[in-house]
Amino acid sequence: MIDFIDRQLIELLQDGLATVSRPYALIGQQLNLSEDEVIVRLSRLKELGLIKRLGVIVNHRKLGYCANAMVVFDVPDTLVEQIAGHVSQFSFVNLCYLRPRRGEQWPYNLYCMIHGKNREKVLQQLDHLISSCGLSSVNHEVLFSRKCFKQRGAIYKADSEPGKV
Amino acid sequence: MLTAMHKQLLNDYQQDFPLSPTPYQDIASSLGVTEEDVLLAFNELADEHFISRIGSIIAPNHIGVSTLVAMAVPVEQLQSIADIVSRYPEVNHNYERENRFNLWFVMIAKDDEYLQSVIETIETESGFNAMQLPLLADYFINLGFEMDFDD
Repeated sequence: MIDFIDRQLIELLQDGLATVSRPYALIGQQLNLSEDEVIVRLSRLKELGLIKRLGVIVNHRKLGYCANAMVVFDVPDTLVEQIAGHVSQFSFVNLCYLRPRRGEQWPYNLYCMIHGKNREKVLQQLDHLISSCGLSSVNHEVLFSRKCFKQRGAIYKADSEPGKV
Repeated sequence: MLTAMHKQLLNDYQQDFPLSPTPYQDIASSLGVTEEDVLLAFNELADEHFISRIGSIIAPNHIGVSTLVAMAVPVEQLQSIADIVSRYPEVNHNYERENRFNLWFVMIAKDDEYLQSVIETIETESGFNAMQLPLLADYFINLGFEMDFDD
């Protein structure tokens, strides 16, 4: 589905697009590709859904969105898709994921992320979400983020040889 | 500090940055400004750390494998354990959260075998159990993050 050049392209893009007139030509120079081929390949990777989005990656904290809560719910397996669909519609929900439960110590399967300007606002939005999605009887926990120890853009390295992965 | 153009650039170009030979000129044309204005504004946003970059978000588990990991660490050891975890290049985000599971990090590797070996090494080095919570489904349908600049 994707080849080694696609992987290299994705890796280069992790560092960000240069603020120059022809940024895709600049990426192409580093990979010996034409500007046109870079654009065609990136468009294809977006269509395939491998690139979820291409654009400005904002720093929420710096923009005043200092409160970040990961909310975890223990939702019945038969209802999870329906509830997730509902939860994802709220504009203040940034992510909505299904993850495995881990026994009694961690009985939660549905995760959503809410960014807000402060804790009170986030909790208000969560109350609204819980009541409108009919989740008031569902066990949940709210995990606000506190200290960030590490955050970096690079999430993938095309370090392996062609065809090896 | 944030001009109307800054705000437009922040809100309107998170999802579909132009995939054309001259993306900044395209943005300039649609905003009625010059390409130089747009390049300058993006550089200002980056210099002031309002944006981390213009780049891509990659769908999880399509390229390489990844997992969210949680650890329950005594508060007085949190910084030192977090430092151990952060040293691994396979770890990208590493956060403290308010919970008995207070250290949360995301790991990515080229295959599951390698991922598991790194997690085992982290468990051995830190002395704490790593609870793996890999992604099973992604339901997210919102497009980008809309900022409210008014309140």
